[in-house]
Amino acid sequence: MSETQDKRGRPAAKDRPFLDELEAKPFWANLKEHKFTSQRCSACGKFFGFPPQFLCPHCLASEYEWIPLSGKGKVYSFVTYHRAWHPAYQDKVPYNVSLIETEEGVRMMSNVVGCPPEAVKIGMPVEIVYEDFEDYTLPKFRPAT
Amino acid sequence: MANVSGKFAIVGVGETLVGKRPEASTNSLHLEAIRNCLADAGIKASQVDGLLTNQPLNDAHRSYAVRLAHMAGIDPTYATDLALGGATPVALVQHAVMAINTGMANIVMCVHARKRSTPDPSPGYAIRTGDEHWEQPWGHFAAVATHAFTAQRHMYEYGTRSEDLAEIAVATRKHACLNKNATMRKPMTVSDHQQSRMIVAPLRLLDCSLESDGGGAVLVTSAERARDFPKPPVLILGMGQHHPHFSLMDAPSLTTLGGKKSSETAYRMAGLSPKEMDFAEIYDCFTITTLVTLEDYGFCAKGEGKDFVKGGRIEIGGELPVNTHGGLLSQAHLEGMLHVTEAVKQLRGNEVEAERQVANAELGIVSGHGGNLCMHSTLILGAV
Ligand SMILES: [Zn+2]
Repeated sequence: MSETQDKRGRPAAKDRPFLDELEAKPFWANLKEHKFTSQRCSACGKFFGFPPQFLCPHCLASEYEWIPLSGKGKVYSFVTYHRAWHPAYQDKVPYNVSLIETEEGVRMMSNVVGCPPEAVKIGMPVEIVYEDFEDYTLPKFRPAT
Repeated sequence: MANVSGKFAIVGVGETLVGKRPEASTNSLHLEAIRNCLADAGIKASQVDGLLTNQPLNDAHRSYAVRLAHMAGIDPTYATDLALGGATPVALVQHAVMAINTGMANIVMCVHARKRSTPDPSPGYAIRTGDEHWEQPWGHFAAVATHAFTAQRHMYEYGTRSEDLAEIAVATRKHACLNKNATMRKPMTVSDHQQSRMIVAPLRLLDCSLESDGGGAVLVTSAERARDFPKPPVLILGMGQHHPHFSLMDAPSLTTLGGKKSSETAYRMAGLSPKEMDFAEIYDCFTITTLVTLEDYGFCAKGEGKDFVKGGRIEIGGELPVNTHGGLLSQAHLEGMLHVTEAVKQLRGNEVEAERQVANAELGIVSGHGGNLCMHSTLILGAV
């Protein structure tokens, strides 16, 4: 096991985001202020989705804005990890990972927190919660109130 | 554009022993597969002028096709690595056809090997797909989870159950039990599957494929030139690919994947339909992959996979024998390279254990599937 790979030569898992990704810097900066945003194309008006990129995936225009999302969405699909692939998750199994579809139609990977993993269902309405770490904030979701 | 259906052929196959190969290296597994393939085809390395391989998992092996060619005594006029994950082995054959069709090569070696069961020390760095950091901060690390998202969605949309997926694991294991070169040869029941531990729900241990050491290779040439080879050629009748997304986050569907369009392209090229297939070697990294692909390939309607896989229908002797070698689930996981070699052996006849030979096998379909459920490739092969 090293910083970059495990003993079978596979990439080492990391539990923190890559904050220096050029395209994603505003995303992480906005989250730090508890603003959940996604890029919307100024030319075609569509959301880029995730991961962020500099040119619109729908029309290749370079102009876009970081638009605040409502923070409301639904669970599109979900899984329950019963095995930890990373030491940081050793004490967290079983835990939920969900594909969240926001009201705006953007999908992202996240966790549904605030309820046991077995309570999560496809289609379940969820809302954003911000989990603050020292140098970044992760968007997570809880059952909508 | 002229249809290439039936104008190119596979004239040799090579497989290594699979399972735990602590004494072997990644390089030696590739070379063994090449050597066995050349012996099967009855030619020398110096007669081969093209080499295609999978992008290795480690950047110490960049430009691997050229390196391998020269390690094997091949002086290629065409060589490259393809990078479609588990869709690569099928795609190697497709690219060999394209290279020969343009006159860039005449006889192309397609080889793939992996060492994932025993340690493979390497001076390089592991290759990443590049967007793990949009998954791992939320604890998403594993291919089994990627496929569990699809299983969950399939269960929600079509009422598929874990017990239905078990049928695929059980049928595949039956075939592995008949294959001397299979890793898992102990019979399995639906109850064994149901009692196996949850890895990433809704997928259990016995929904998962193996981690294996081993390799395979096939040799491709024109149908005309194929007549000079000792074994009966297997014709390449149809080919297709489709890669409907890259990240799981922008997948248009989790229950219909690239296999639909990829197989439609292949059927059209071959002028054939699913009903005409005598067997299918379907990429089975997880049981759910097989289920979704059988539906996408038109063997049953979307959502009916759960009934299709029951009652012995996908076993040898059934309506559509699937993964006659034991698949990635129970033979070995070599990214489907052995799905290709197995299909060739089935079509040549009398090369596999008699109990797992598909009777009157004349047409077979092979699928490849890779990445975040995002890459797909299809081959339709036929006996002469
Ligand atoms: Zn646009």
